[in-house]
Amino acid sequence: MTITLNNITKVVAGQTHIKPTSLSFQTGHFNVLLGETGAGKTSLIKLMAGLDPIASGTIEMDGQDVTKLTTQKRNISLVHQFFVNYPHMTVFDNIASPLRVAGMAKSEIQGRVEDAADILQLRPMLHRRPHELSGGQQQRTALARAIAKESQAVFLDEPLANLDYKLREELREQLPELFAGRGAVVVYATSEPEEALLLGGSTALMDDGNVVQFGPTAEIYRNPKTLMAAKVFSDPPINVAKVSKRGNTLTMGQSAKWDAASLNDTPDGTYHIAVRPHHVTPTPSPANTVALEGKILVTELSGSESSAHFAMPDANWVSLAHGVHPYQVGEDHPFYLDPSACLLFSEDGQIVAGGGA
Amino acid sequence: MKTQNQRAWFFVLPVLLLVAFNALIPMMTVVNYSVQETFGNNVFFWEGVRWFEELLNSERFHAALGRQFLFTGIILAIEVPLGIAIALAMPRSGPWVPVCLVLMALPMLIPWNVVGAMWNIFALPDIGLLGYFMNTTLGIDYDMTQNPFAAWATIITMDVWHWTSLVVLLSYAGLVSIPDAYYQAAKIDGASNWSVFRYIQLPKMKQVLTIAILLRFMDSFNIYTEVFVMTGGGPGNSTTFLSIDLVKIALGQFDLGPAAAMSLIYFAITLLVSWLFYTLMTKDDAK
Repeated sequence: MTITLNNITKVVAGQTHIKPTSLSFQTGHFNVLLGETGAGKTSLIKLMAGLDPIASGTIEMDGQDVTKLTTQKRNISLVHQFFVNYPHMTVFDNIASPLRVAGMAKSEIQGRVEDAADILQLRPMLHRRPHELSGGQQQRTALARAIAKESQAVFLDEPLANLDYKLREELREQLPELFAGRGAVVVYATSEPEEALLLGGSTALMDDGNVVQFGPTAEIYRNPKTLMAAKVFSDPPINVAKVSKRGNTLTMGQSAKWDAASLNDTPDGTYHIAVRPHHVTPTPSPANTVALEGKILVTELSGSESSAHFAMPDANWVSLAHGVHPYQVGEDHPFYLDPSACLLFSEDGQIVAGGGA
Repeated sequence: MKTQNQRAWFFVLPVLLLVAFNALIPMMTVVNYSVQETFGNNVFFWEGVRWFEELLNSERFHAALGRQFLFTGIILAIEVPLGIAIALAMPRSGPWVPVCLVLMALPMLIPWNVVGAMWNIFALPDIGLLGYFMNTTLGIDYDMTQNPFAAWATIITMDVWHWTSLVVLLSYAGLVSIPDAYYQAAKIDGASNWSVFRYIQLPKMKQVLTIAILLRFMDSFNIYTEVFVMTGGGPGNSTTFLSIDLVKIALGQFDLGPAAAMSLIYFAITLLVSWLFYTLMTKDDAK
């Protein structure tokens, strides 16, 4: 089973919401759509589900052109960010609803619903109504419906966004096993890069109705093709600054300067560097050698990590380091950059060098 | 706590007084009449349950009751499905929404007797638009003062015109409260339009529909003004519904005792059917 998008677009009232997009989603692993709110993830899912009309292009499922098929005729499931269950039906009836519509035999419905309920630990709640369930249980009901239906394609549109932190982690861990070996193409939309890294077999990075890069998740995390792709796939935001290259030497701002021997073939000029926050540390190390002078703006402690937002003359950067560091807001503090972790982009945002870190 | 509860009575008192004067006292008067015979001059003779016995065994009452149930049944059978269908067809958003709502509300704003007079003139065979069209253009012999079927058809059409809007507006209110997400979920389930209606729209409309059916039952079961103006119960007794018959007995024949007994039975039937219907419809929700 594959879903193939050939140059599909979505146009609403003269405005292009989805620019020409071609992708191919495979079964056997999660396909993540990663992008900020408004990047077009939900739009793309609705196009694939047939809930919105596409302006041009074609959609194929398993080689069959489904562009003209109504939602009802596409064998799909969709789990929303907010919990959609029929309020007047019990959990059992909610899970069974697509099977009943398909005219399945009663005994088979019973079996399928119970299997799905067991997987999602809903067995004791089968005879309750949705409003008697917690948010996590409601969302598990929606997931159980998708699983019981055994559809060819499952679209999960930020299914964990409205759950509290702990439930989110728990369910996120379960998700890949839930759909493993079911033969369905799973497309998972999220705005959190971390989620993409945890779940994604492959990831499509989206920005402003565009898919900016698509490929195996780890691969595109390491090797973004454009500055935009690097920005989309980084949380906290990736640090960007202008550098000028002369010979083998890169100069950033007033003082930071380092040699990059691998740039022999790159012409001199102005470039952007991008470096992830965890490659900028408050203490020097064998790798983190390039000193930067910053002034602390904001500091955050999260678990065992400290992050500091600091200002340099022409950019504000973030550093993320293990351990608890005693920052003082407003103080001048040196930070150390790992030059080998820097990504170098041309001024129009195309990758020039770096990556693999 | 206790003193507060006692004080509450004080606030209820004015309403109690009002209800006493507009409902309880008139009702008791009726009860008083229903067990006595009077020839005027405030002279009364005790009759016990005689009027009730006579009425329940009277063919005239059975006939009026039968006509009443038939009429109400036809009214509900037409107005409820038609109202739902119109509500489904109305736009959910856009500039046409207020236009549709006002158009729908218009018939309901016209007073009953005016509606009766309008339809009376409308149906006149020689000068009424409907009457003229039926007789002259279509060549159908149509005169509701002569033909019982024409009288029934006209009264039913009038009521459908007058009151279907109530069902439409209530159903519409139920429909617009359904979030888009449910329609999407149903589509993804593979549901046909019928299943969407059966499993999403109808359950969501259930509560307002219960109210709509209840109101339409009570109103059509108690219909008087329009029928009085349009046919006066005729031709013959063909459109003599319970209320028309009641007024004939009470004011035409001035049989106050039998009329009072009939009022009480009439009231009891309306109450009983409404209560049964409401209990049945809300049984599931209470569970």
